[in-house]
Amino acid sequence: MIFSYYPGCTLSTKAKEMDNHARKCAEVLGFKLEEIEDWQCCGAVYPLGADEVASKLSAVRSLHAAREKGRELVTLCSACYHVLKRVNEDMRDKAMQKTIHTYDDTLNYGGETKVLHFMEVLREYVGFDKLKEKVVNPLKGREIGAYYGCMLLRPSSIMEFDDPENPQIFEEMLKALGAKVVEFPRRNECCGGYISLKEKQKSQEMAGEIVANAHKCGAKELITACPLCLYNVAKTPDSNIYYFTKLLAEALGVGS
Amino acid sequence: MQISGTDVLKCMSCGRCSASCPHSGDAMQTMPHQFVALLKRGEVEKLTSSDFLWKCLSCFTCVERCPRGVKPAAIVEAARLMVIRQQGEAHISAGEIPELLDPELPQQLLVSVFRKYKA
Ligand code: SF4
Ligand code: SF4
Repeated sequence: MIFSYYPGCTLSTKAKEMDNHARKCAEVLGFKLEEIEDWQCCGAVYPLGADEVASKLSAVRSLHAAREKGRELVTLCSACYHVLKRVNEDMRDKAMQKTIHTYDDTLNYGGETKVLHFMEVLREYVGFDKLKEKVVNPLKGREIGAYYGCMLLRPSSIMEFDDPENPQIFEEMLKALGAKVVEFPRRNECCGGYISLKEKQKSQEMAGEIVANAHKCGAKELITACPLCLYNVAKTPDSNIYYFTKLLAEALGVGS
Repeated sequence: MQISGTDVLKCMSCGRCSASCPHSGDAMQTMPHQFVALLKRGEVEKLTSSDFLWKCLSCFTCVERCPRGVKPAAIVEAARLMVIRQQGEAHISAGEIPELLDPELPQQLLVSVFRKYKA
C-alpha cells in the first residue's frame, strides 16, 4: 500500500531521525511513504482566526497534491498533523473553497483527502496484532510512558485521533512491542509549546511537572510524536524522552 | 467577535475553561473565562491590552472542556490578531532571537513563534 507523505520542516532537518525510522518501519510493515513533491511548511500553528486564508495555502497545496494522486496523506509530526487536519476540515466549506481559489486558481479543493497520522496507519491499516507479529526485539520489561501533548488530541471533534482525556493508541503500540505500559495522568497536558523561546522558566516548570508525574507512576522512558514536546521535555533531567519511531524501529529490528 | 468565529452568548460562566488552563495557577492574569466575559460585554480594549495574549499556549484544553462549545482560545487569538494587525505590534524582534537559540531547538518552534508573536 502506498500513502502520500508530508514530512514537514522539522522532520527534514532537526528530526531527520524520525523520518528515517518511519520509512524503514513502513517498509517492514508492508506500506510505503511517498513524499509529495514541492511541499511547503504548514506553518506549525493552525491559524485560528476565522478570516485567515493565506496562511492556510501551503497546507491546502499538499492536501490537494495528495488528492490528485488519489491517496491518503500521512504525516508524523504532531503539529503538521494538527494543521493539515484542521485546514482540511475548513476546506469542506464552500465559501472557503471559493476564497482559496481566488488566491490560487489551480486549487479546486473541497477537503476530499483523508489525513492520517502514522499511528493511525498502524491502528487502522496494519493492525496492532500484525505489528506484534513483526516484532523481532520485544521490549521486555521496559517501563515506558507515552506523552501525547496537545496537538494530536485537541479539539477532538476535529482531530478524531483518540479519546482526548484517555487516549490509548500509543499504549496499544507499546503493548504490541512487548513493553510494560505506564499510563500517567499528565500525558495529555501541554508542555509549554512555543513559549519556551521567551519564557523558559514557565515552560520548564510545565515540562518538569509532566516528567515528575511520569516518574511517579513508574515510567523510565517516555515517547512522543512532537518535536516541540521533545525539545521542552528533554530539558528536564532524566526525562529520557525520544521519538516513538525510534522505539518502533528498535523493536522491528531496523533501528540505527 | 467575527474573527474568533465563536458565540460568546452561549457561555454560562462556569469557569471550567480557566480551571483547565495551564496558566490557572498564575497570579494577575486575565483568564480564558474572563476573555469570554469581556467580549460578551464588548470591552474589547481590556482584551487587547491583556498580557495573556502572549501567554496562551493554544493547547485547546479550554476548547475541549467547555460544556457549551464556546472557544475561549479562539477569542484570545482574535484579540492577539487585532493587536498585531492594527498596531503592527510584534512580541519579538529579529535581533533578540539569536541569543534565545540553542542547538537542539527544532524548526517547528521558530515557525510557531513567528506565527504567534508576529502575524
Ligand atoms: S488554549 Fe490558551 S486559554 Fe485555552 S487552556 Fe490553553 S493556554 Fe489556556
Ligand atoms: S468553559 Fe465555556 S461556558 Fe464555561 S466559562 Fe469557559 S467559555 Fe464559558
